[in-house]
Amino acid sequence: MPTLRTVYAWELRKLMAQKRTYLGLGIAVLVPLIFAIALLLQSGQPEDVAFGRYVRQSGLAIPPVLLIFGSIWLFPLIAALVAGDIVAAEDHNGTLKTILTRSTDRSRIFVAKALAASTYAFVALAAMGIVALIAGVAVSGLHPLVTLSGTTVSSGRGLLLIVASLLVYMMPLLGIVAIALLLSVVTHNSAAAVVGALMISLILQLVTILPGLGALQPYLLTTQFNAWQGFLRTPVDYSPVVRAAWVCTLYAVPALGVAFTSFVRRDVTGG
Amino acid sequence: MSADAAPVHARGLVKRYDDVTAVAGVDLTVQAGDVYGYLGPNGAGKTTVLRMLLGLIRPTAGEARLFGRDPLVDGARALEGVAGFVEEPRFYPYLTGRKNLELLAALDGHGAQGRIGEALDIVEMTDRQNHKVGGYSHGMRQRLGVAAALLRKPKLLLLDEPATGLDPAGMRDMRALVARLSSEGTTVLLSSHLMPEVEELCNRVAIVRAGRIVYEGDLISLRARAGGHWRLRTTGDDEALRVLRAQRGLTAVEREADTPSAAGALRFEGDEAAVAALSVALVESGVGLLELTPVRATLEDVFFTLTEDAAEEPAPPPTTAADDAGALAA
Repeated sequence: MPTLRTVYAWELRKLMAQKRTYLGLGIAVLVPLIFAIALLLQSGQPEDVAFGRYVRQSGLAIPPVLLIFGSIWLFPLIAALVAGDIVAAEDHNGTLKTILTRSTDRSRIFVAKALAASTYAFVALAAMGIVALIAGVAVSGLHPLVTLSGTTVSSGRGLLLIVASLLVYMMPLLGIVAIALLLSVVTHNSAAAVVGALMISLILQLVTILPGLGALQPYLLTTQFNAWQGFLRTPVDYSPVVRAAWVCTLYAVPALGVAFTSFVRRDVTGG
Repeated sequence: MSADAAPVHARGLVKRYDDVTAVAGVDLTVQAGDVYGYLGPNGAGKTTVLRMLLGLIRPTAGEARLFGRDPLVDGARALEGVAGFVEEPRFYPYLTGRKNLELLAALDGHGAQGRIGEALDIVEMTDRQNHKVGGYSHGMRQRLGVAAALLRKPKLLLLDEPATGLDPAGMRDMRALVARLSSEGTTVLLSSHLMPEVEELCNRVAIVRAGRIVYEGDLISLRARAGGHWRLRTTGDDEALRVLRAQRGLTAVEREADTPSAAGALRFEGDEAAVAALSVALVESGVGLLELTPVRATLEDVFFTLTEDAAEEPAPPPTTAADDAGALAA
């Protein structure tokens, strides 16, 4: 039986052969470039968002601004674009029966698909972060970063904190991946899974502004998209990061569990 | 994989979708070396049974084993030495034919990568291997499906309507390939509704209607069940008719009128021993034999008899593998 690594590698190769893969990656790369070009062409900066006022002082301030903007729908959409499609597309193409009649167990195929969808979300986020850093430094230079506490950290430490922030940002993104994967397995329909995951993300954000539901905010998946901001305080506040870890786990693990069970037990009747 | 276990052994397979029963208690045994035809009209549940055999869908009741292993229990290990496809073979349209095979070979392991070139040669797809499958015709995908199966060096090949949609040359090639694989020792389970295909390739058949097997056995017994008659032309039909009526073991004696394509003849039914005695008696009576031929019912005749009756009659209980070959449950 082939190793999980082999199956995972083929899932990545399949992703790389599909146009939709590059749509999400292209958006992740283009958004920071457009932001940087806009800074070059226009005066002023986004004052009403954290770090917005510092984007002309340090290129390190640009990735945090984009993380805040991206949490509303951009990154959930990019993550769902592949995770919502990765099983449903096999249904649509009728290829699930093709791969499930080879020498690889369903469980291994599911794990490989989950890993591939997570890898894609990570690569998209990393691509955005790298391009945002390069574009930011090109536009505003590599200078010390003003934190949310008003203190200043050196450019080296600022860079480290940005990398750590991106990693923490991955946690809720993986939660979105898990939900999109679940929808992909149970709906057998890419569009339904992608839109469904995005809608769930938007509805969770809507909950935070509804009166009387504020107490739920710390436990919502989408709230964890702000957990990285704990790194950009002085001293570093780890509590939102820790909470993000367990809240995201509470969303991702059940979703993955149901998706896994459904995938390994389901009847494959299409194709 | 157990060396002694039958390549296919299914007992009491049932599949229900809500209030629709697609498969209503199928018993199926395919022995090593068989080319087994699984015959039935569209919607009879053939593909559903193949999907259950391959572990793609769960039976509502019953069990299926391939070489002694249950796909639902043993997972992919139950498919060792097993290959084939259900309905149309499907591939990733955005990958080339070769890339598709490379992917499947990676999922197979066991040196399958090294057999890709040979498999493409066998199905005559080498020239198109680097074209994306999205641009393939139905026939090309069918050939690629066979190539994908050959990567696994199968001991058991499950083919669902393999010639459907192929042009005459493609059908000829497909049948030749199945015959060749069979001659090399591969057991084949072939679902089809094409009688000539089954007649040409298979040594055993199961006929299924409305989710039940209504015949299971060899083709010779199936034809025998369907009956047949003898056609006799002589130099003196009046005398021959007298001899016929006097001969023991011969029934349904009658004259057939001339037709545009055949001269008139005598027609009767009887076993070979009685016919042999008749030929001697005719010669002793001074009647010369011009023609004495058995007229067999075609498999197609039998198939229609078995499957079309079902539309008017309730489905009978299924046969079992223990039933005598040729037993008609209808």
